Amino acid sequence: MHIPDGFLNVATVATTCVISAGGVGNAVRVANQKLGEKHVPLMGILVAFIFAAQMLNFPIAGGTSGHLIGAALAAILLGPWASVLIMSCVLIAQCLIFQDGGLLALGANIFNMGIVASFSGYYLYRLATSFLGGDRRGKLIGGFVAAWGSVFLASIVCAIELAVSGASPLGVVLPAMAGLHALIGIGEGLITGAVLSLVLATRPDLIQLQKV
Amino acid sequence: MKIKWWHIGLLACLAVACLSPLASSSPDGLERVAENKGFIDLGQEAPFQVIADYVFPGIGNEALATILAGLIGTLILFGIVYSISWLIKSRKKEAA
Repeated sequence: MHIPDGFLNVATVATTCVISAGGVGNAVRVANQKLGEKHVPLMGILVAFIFAAQMLNFPIAGGTSGHLIGAALAAILLGPWASVLIMSCVLIAQCLIFQDGGLLALGANIFNMGIVASFSGYYLYRLATSFLGGDRRGKLIGGFVAAWGSVFLASIVCAIELAVSGASPLGVVLPAMAGLHALIGIGEGLITGAVLSLVLATRPDLIQLQKV
Repeated sequence: MKIKWWHIGLLACLAVACLSPLASSSPDGLERVAENKGFIDLGQEAPFQVIADYVFPGIGNEALATILAGLIGTLILFGIVYSISWLIKSRKKEAA
């Protein structure tokens, strides 16, 4: 879902840049208050995993592929602001080093896959586990639901940005983006569930860390 | 040196990066929509290229070039975020 340069108009580029800059600034402030010694290695491992896993595009229907975003996973384990930091670092590196996602579109990409996906994933997980209970089953189903929802919502926000920019009418681009990402979100949910299951089996204390 | 959980975790992430040549090369969700709805041509090339499209330049074997790009990115990001987090954590300790 990395938007290249050229898809968004100046107003959308400027708006998303300002919001994302504010979001990343606040993420740094919250991390300054809450990040502790135990968070440090998990921050590093999550950013490494999310970058590596994002390279693994998996096929979905009709000659289309998708890949993990990872924001829901990071937000479930570390909290939404830590996840914004992690996703921003991944997206900045992808943009500057690997030419994946446009330079001017960086603010929009951080907004969609960093801020929107992290917060929707975090609160969907909390909502789902409050209904399902906090046992292993509740956590895994909650993780799947949160991950699916984070991709679906990020794709809707992305479609709105494209429509506002005049790339394609909302009635065309919104159902197309949401439809494909409803499928890609299943992959996101399965990967998120698998990693959560691995963490619960090996280091269940990591899921209990204070959320940042 | 005692082996910590995240040493194994980092090795696992590097192993994931080594699987990158197996990734599907089909367009992703957004590219597919842009192609089908006729706005893919709005896209512009980046003004500079470093390791463009996750292929390390100057290596003939594309699978190898992709793995190398993946390993470099994984290590750089681990290093940067681990360092930033460590600095934030230590500075807080000094202030307390």
